[in-house]
Amino acid sequence: MDVETPKRPERSSTDDEGFKKGLVQLIPHLRAFARTLCGDPTQADDLAQDAVMKAWDARASFQMGTNMKAWTFMILRNQFYSEKRRSWRQSQLDQEAAERTLVAVDDPEAPVALDELRQGLAMLPAEQREALILVGAGGFAYEEAAEICNCAVGTVKSRVSRARRALHAILDTGDYDRDGASAGDAMRTILADAERLSTVR
Amino acid sequence: MNNDETDTRGRPPRKRLADSMIENRHSAEPRKPSAAIDEARLRQQAIGVRLRQMFDEVVNEAVPDEFLEILRRGDSKAENN
Repeated sequence: MDVETPKRPERSSTDDEGFKKGLVQLIPHLRAFARTLCGDPTQADDLAQDAVMKAWDARASFQMGTNMKAWTFMILRNQFYSEKRRSWRQSQLDQEAAERTLVAVDDPEAPVALDELRQGLAMLPAEQREALILVGAGGFAYEEAAEICNCAVGTVKSRVSRARRALHAILDTGDYDRDGASAGDAMRTILADAERLSTVR
Repeated sequence: MNNDETDTRGRPPRKRLADSMIENRHSAEPRKPSAAIDEARLRQQAIGVRLRQMFDEVVNEAVPDEFLEILRRGDSKAENN
Protein backbone atom coordinates (compact mmCIF):
# COMPACT_ATOMS: atom_id res chain seq x y z
CA MET A 1 0.00 0.00 0.00
CA ASP A 2 2.53 2.60 1.15
CA VAL A 3 4.53 2.61 -2.06
CA GLU A 4 4.76 6.38 -2.15
CA THR A 5 6.33 6.66 1.27
CA PRO A 6 8.67 3.73 1.85
CA LYS A 7 10.45 5.53 4.65
CA ARG A 8 8.70 5.20 7.96
CA PRO A 9 8.59 8.67 9.47
CA GLU A 10 9.70 8.83 13.05
CA ARG A 11 7.13 10.24 15.43
CA SER A 12 8.41 13.26 17.21
CA SER A 13 7.38 14.29 20.69
CA THR A 14 5.74 17.38 19.18
CA ASP A 15 3.47 15.07 17.16
CA ASP A 16 2.49 13.33 20.37
CA GLU A 17 1.98 16.64 22.10
CA GLY A 18 -0.36 17.86 19.37
CA PHE A 19 -2.21 14.59 19.32
CA LYS A 20 -2.65 14.64 23.05
CA LYS A 21 -4.00 18.18 23.00
CA GLY A 22 -6.59 17.16 20.44
CA LEU A 23 -7.49 14.05 22.37
CA VAL A 24 -7.97 15.97 25.64
CA GLN A 25 -10.36 18.35 23.90
CA LEU A 26 -12.40 15.42 22.63
CA ILE A 27 -12.79 13.67 25.99
CA PRO A 28 -16.04 15.49 26.93
CA HIS A 29 -17.57 14.52 23.57
CA LEU A 30 -16.44 10.92 23.90
CA ARG A 31 -18.02 10.77 27.36
CA ALA A 32 -21.30 12.10 25.97
CA PHE A 33 -21.32 9.61 23.10
CA ALA A 34 -20.48 6.75 25.46
CA ARG A 35 -23.35 7.80 27.74
CA THR A 36 -25.81 7.52 24.85
CA LEU A 37 -24.49 4.05 23.99
CA CYS A 38 -24.32 2.65 27.54
CA GLY A 39 -26.91 4.59 29.44
CA ASP A 40 -25.24 3.84 32.75
CA PRO A 41 -22.82 6.73 33.56
CA THR A 42 -20.19 4.56 35.27
CA GLN A 43 -20.12 2.03 32.46
CA ALA A 44 -20.04 4.87 29.96
CA ASP A 45 -16.95 6.40 31.58
CA ASP A 46 -15.22 3.01 31.58
CA LEU A 47 -15.94 2.74 27.87
CA ALA A 48 -14.76 6.29 27.18
CA GLN A 49 -11.55 5.66 29.15
CA ASP A 50 -10.87 2.50 27.16
CA ALA A 51 -11.41 4.47 23.97
CA VAL A 52 -9.01 7.22 25.07
CA MET A 53 -6.41 4.58 25.90
CA LYS A 54 -6.89 2.84 22.56
CA ALA A 55 -6.72 6.12 20.67
CA TRP A 56 -3.48 7.04 22.43
CA ASP A 57 -1.93 3.66 21.71
CA ALA A 58 -2.98 3.90 18.06
CA ARG A 59 -1.80 7.50 17.63
CA ALA A 60 0.83 6.45 15.08
CA SER A 61 -1.93 5.33 12.71
CA PHE A 62 -3.80 8.62 12.93
CA GLN A 63 -3.15 10.98 10.07
CA MET A 64 -2.73 14.49 11.39
CA GLY A 65 -5.07 16.90 9.69
CA THR A 66 -7.87 14.38 9.24
CA ASN A 67 -11.00 14.37 11.39
CA MET A 68 -9.83 13.31 14.81
CA LYS A 69 -13.29 13.52 16.34
CA ALA A 70 -14.72 11.03 13.85
CA TRP A 71 -11.65 8.81 14.31
CA THR A 72 -11.99 8.65 18.09
CA PHE A 73 -15.77 8.16 17.92
CA MET A 74 -15.17 5.22 15.61
CA ILE A 75 -12.72 3.71 18.11
CA LEU A 76 -15.21 4.16 20.94
CA ARG A 77 -18.04 2.62 18.95
CA ASN A 78 -15.93 -0.38 17.89
CA GLN A 79 -14.88 -0.85 21.50
CA PHE A 80 -18.51 -0.77 22.62
CA TYR A 81 -19.67 -3.39 20.13
CA SER A 82 -16.68 -5.70 20.56
CA GLU A 83 -17.28 -5.71 24.31
CA LYS A 84 -20.93 -6.47 23.71
CA ARG A 85 -20.05 -9.33 21.40
CA ARG A 86 -17.57 -10.78 23.87
CA SER A 87 -20.33 -12.18 26.00
CA TRP A 88 -24.06 -12.08 25.89
CA ARG A 89 -24.00 -11.80 29.67
CA GLN A 90 -22.47 -8.41 29.31
CA SER A 91 -25.35 -7.21 27.17
CA GLN A 92 -27.74 -8.48 29.77
CA LEU A 93 -25.90 -6.37 32.32
CA ASP A 94 -26.13 -3.43 29.94
CA GLN A 95 -29.85 -3.87 29.82
CA GLU A 96 -30.11 -3.93 33.59
CA ALA A 97 -27.88 -0.89 33.84
CA ALA A 98 -30.01 0.92 31.28
CA GLU A 99 -33.12 0.17 33.29
CA ARG A 100 -31.42 1.37 36.45
CA THR A 101 -30.49 4.59 34.68
CA LEU A 102 -34.01 5.19 33.47
CA VAL A 103 -35.21 4.81 37.02
CA ALA A 104 -32.39 7.00 38.30
CA VAL A 105 -33.20 9.95 36.03
CA ASP A 106 -36.80 9.71 37.11
CA ASP A 107 -36.39 12.17 39.95
CA PRO A 108 -38.94 14.96 40.41
CA GLU A 109 -36.32 17.71 40.03
CA ALA A 110 -35.30 16.60 36.54
CA PRO A 111 -36.88 18.40 33.60
CA VAL A 112 -39.78 16.23 32.52
CA ALA A 113 -39.31 16.42 28.78
CA LEU A 114 -35.63 15.48 28.93
CA ASP A 115 -36.49 12.43 30.96
CA GLU A 116 -39.06 11.40 28.39
CA LEU A 117 -36.70 12.05 25.52
CA ARG A 118 -34.23 9.64 27.14
CA GLN A 119 -36.91 7.02 27.49
CA GLY A 120 -38.03 7.59 23.93
CA LEU A 121 -34.44 7.19 22.72
CA ALA A 122 -34.09 3.99 24.71
CA MET A 123 -37.00 2.55 22.75
CA LEU A 124 -35.31 3.04 19.37
CA PRO A 125 -33.25 0.29 17.72
CA ALA A 126 -29.56 0.79 18.58
CA GLU A 127 -28.46 1.63 15.03
CA GLN A 128 -31.16 4.28 14.67
CA ARG A 129 -30.34 5.75 18.05
CA GLU A 130 -26.62 6.11 17.36
CA ALA A 131 -27.23 7.59 13.90
CA LEU A 132 -29.60 10.17 15.32
CA ILE A 133 -27.21 11.04 18.15
CA LEU A 134 -24.21 11.44 15.84
CA VAL A 135 -26.02 13.64 13.33
CA GLY A 136 -28.55 15.34 15.59
CA ALA A 137 -26.41 16.01 18.64
CA GLY A 138 -22.78 15.18 17.85
CA GLY A 139 -22.60 17.63 14.97
CA PHE A 140 -21.41 15.09 12.39
CA ALA A 141 -22.24 15.25 8.71
CA TYR A 142 -24.01 12.21 7.26
CA GLU A 143 -20.76 11.21 5.54
CA GLU A 144 -18.82 11.31 8.80
CA ALA A 145 -21.51 9.38 10.66
CA ALA A 146 -21.41 6.76 7.91
CA GLU A 147 -17.67 6.42 8.37
CA ILE A 148 -18.05 6.07 12.15
CA CYS A 149 -20.80 3.45 11.83
CA ASN A 150 -19.06 1.69 8.96
CA CYS A 151 -22.07 1.82 6.65
CA ALA A 152 -23.30 3.64 3.54
CA VAL A 153 -24.30 7.31 3.67
CA GLY A 154 -27.79 6.42 2.44
CA THR A 155 -28.16 3.97 5.30
CA VAL A 156 -27.32 6.67 7.85
CA LYS A 157 -29.78 9.05 6.22
CA SER A 158 -32.55 6.51 6.32
CA ARG A 159 -31.75 5.53 9.94
CA VAL A 160 -31.80 9.16 11.07
CA SER A 161 -35.03 9.78 9.23
CA ARG A 162 -36.70 6.73 10.71
CA ALA A 163 -35.37 7.54 14.17
CA ARG A 164 -36.81 11.07 13.97
CA ARG A 165 -40.21 9.83 12.90
CA ALA A 166 -40.29 7.08 15.51
CA LEU A 167 -39.19 9.42 18.29
CA HIS A 168 -41.77 11.95 17.23
CA ALA A 169 -44.48 9.29 17.30
CA ILE A 170 -43.35 7.94 20.68
CA LEU A 171 -43.30 11.38 22.29
CA ASP A 172 -46.51 12.48 20.64
CA THR A 173 -48.59 9.55 21.82
CA GLY A 174 -46.88 9.20 25.18
CA ASP A 175 -46.07 5.67 24.16
CA TYR A 176 -43.11 5.31 26.51
CA ASP A 177 -43.00 3.37 29.75
CA ARG A 178 -44.20 5.84 32.25
CA ASP A 179 -47.24 5.76 34.40
CA GLY A 180 -49.27 8.79 35.25
CA ALA A 181 -48.31 11.02 32.32
CA SER A 182 -51.01 11.72 29.80
CA ALA A 183 -50.48 11.23 26.10
CA GLY A 184 -49.12 14.23 24.24
CA ASP A 185 -47.80 15.93 27.37
CA ALA A 186 -44.22 15.07 26.52
CA MET A 187 -44.43 16.70 23.13
CA ARG A 188 -46.09 19.80 24.53
CA THR A 189 -43.39 20.19 27.17
CA ILE A 190 -40.66 19.68 24.60
CA LEU A 191 -42.18 22.28 22.30
CA ALA A 192 -42.48 24.81 25.10
CA ASP A 193 -38.94 24.20 26.28
CA ALA A 194 -37.49 24.32 22.80
CA GLU A 195 -39.16 27.64 22.19
CA ARG A 196 -37.70 29.01 25.37
CA LEU A 197 -34.23 27.63 24.57
CA SER A 198 -34.20 28.91 21.02
CA THR A 199 -34.94 32.45 22.18
CA VAL A 200 -32.06 32.27 24.66
CA ARG A 201 -29.52 31.09 22.11
CA MET B 1 -43.86 3.71 7.60
CA ASN B 2 -41.91 2.96 4.46
CA ASN B 3 -38.18 2.55 4.29
CA ASP B 4 -37.53 5.22 1.75
CA GLU B 5 -34.11 6.80 1.85
CA THR B 6 -34.97 10.04 0.17
CA ASP B 7 -36.67 11.98 2.92
CA THR B 8 -33.94 13.08 5.26
CA ARG B 9 -35.52 15.63 7.52
CA GLY B 10 -38.43 13.70 8.90
CA ARG B 11 -40.82 15.38 6.53
CA PRO B 12 -43.44 13.26 4.87
CA PRO B 13 -42.24 11.97 1.53
CA ARG B 14 -43.36 14.10 -1.37
CA LYS B 15 -45.17 11.29 -3.12
CA ARG B 16 -47.35 10.50 -0.15
CA LEU B 17 -48.15 14.17 0.22
CA ALA B 18 -49.18 14.40 -3.40
CA ASP B 19 -51.34 11.31 -3.00
CA SER B 20 -53.12 12.72 -0.02
CA MET B 21 -53.76 15.97 -1.89
CA ILE B 22 -55.37 14.06 -4.70
CA GLU B 23 -57.43 12.03 -2.29
CA ASN B 24 -58.62 15.14 -0.53
CA ARG B 25 -59.41 17.08 -3.65
CA HIS B 26 -63.14 16.46 -3.49
CA SER B 27 -63.60 16.38 0.23
CA ALA B 28 -65.49 19.15 1.96
CA GLU B 29 -62.57 20.07 4.23
CA PRO B 30 -59.37 20.04 2.20
CA ARG B 31 -56.22 19.62 4.31
CA LYS B 32 -53.68 22.38 4.48
CA PRO B 33 -50.44 20.57 3.75
CA SER B 34 -48.21 23.60 4.27
CA ALA B 35 -49.48 24.15 7.80
CA ALA B 36 -49.08 20.46 8.57
CA ILE B 37 -45.52 20.50 7.26
CA ASP B 38 -44.68 23.58 9.33
CA GLU B 39 -46.06 21.88 12.40
CA ALA B 40 -44.09 18.71 11.77
CA ARG B 41 -40.92 20.69 11.13
CA LEU B 42 -41.39 22.66 14.33
CA ARG B 43 -41.79 19.48 16.33
CA GLN B 44 -38.71 17.92 14.79
CA GLN B 45 -36.74 21.06 15.54
CA ALA B 46 -37.92 20.89 19.13
CA ILE B 47 -36.73 17.32 19.45
CA GLY B 48 -33.43 18.33 17.86
CA VAL B 49 -32.90 21.10 20.39
CA ARG B 50 -33.62 18.69 23.23
CA LEU B 51 -31.31 16.07 21.81
CA ARG B 52 -28.42 18.52 21.62
CA GLN B 53 -29.21 19.75 25.11
CA MET B 54 -29.06 16.21 26.46
CA PHE B 55 -25.72 15.57 24.75
CA ASP B 56 -24.23 18.94 25.73
CA GLU B 57 -25.19 18.35 29.33
CA VAL B 58 -22.60 15.57 29.48
CA VAL B 59 -20.09 17.48 27.31
CA ASN B 60 -20.19 20.33 29.83
CA GLU B 61 -19.58 18.10 32.83
CA ALA B 62 -16.14 18.30 34.43
CA VAL B 63 -13.88 15.55 33.08
CA PRO B 64 -13.02 13.01 35.81
CA ASP B 65 -9.33 12.85 36.76
CA GLU B 66 -9.05 9.26 35.58
CA PHE B 67 -9.07 10.42 31.97
CA LEU B 68 -6.12 12.75 32.36
CA GLU B 69 -4.38 10.08 34.43
CA ILE B 70 -4.53 7.78 31.40
CA LEU B 71 -2.67 10.30 29.29
CA ARG B 72 -0.13 10.98 32.03
CA ARG B 73 0.56 7.25 32.17
CA GLY B 74 0.80 7.24 28.39
CA ASP B 75 3.43 9.96 28.62
CA SER B 76 5.69 8.12 31.01
CA LYS B 77 5.35 4.98 28.91
CA ALA B 78 6.46 6.90 25.83
CA GLU B 79 9.48 8.29 27.69
CA ASN B 80 10.55 4.87 28.90
CA ASN B 81 10.55 3.49 25.38
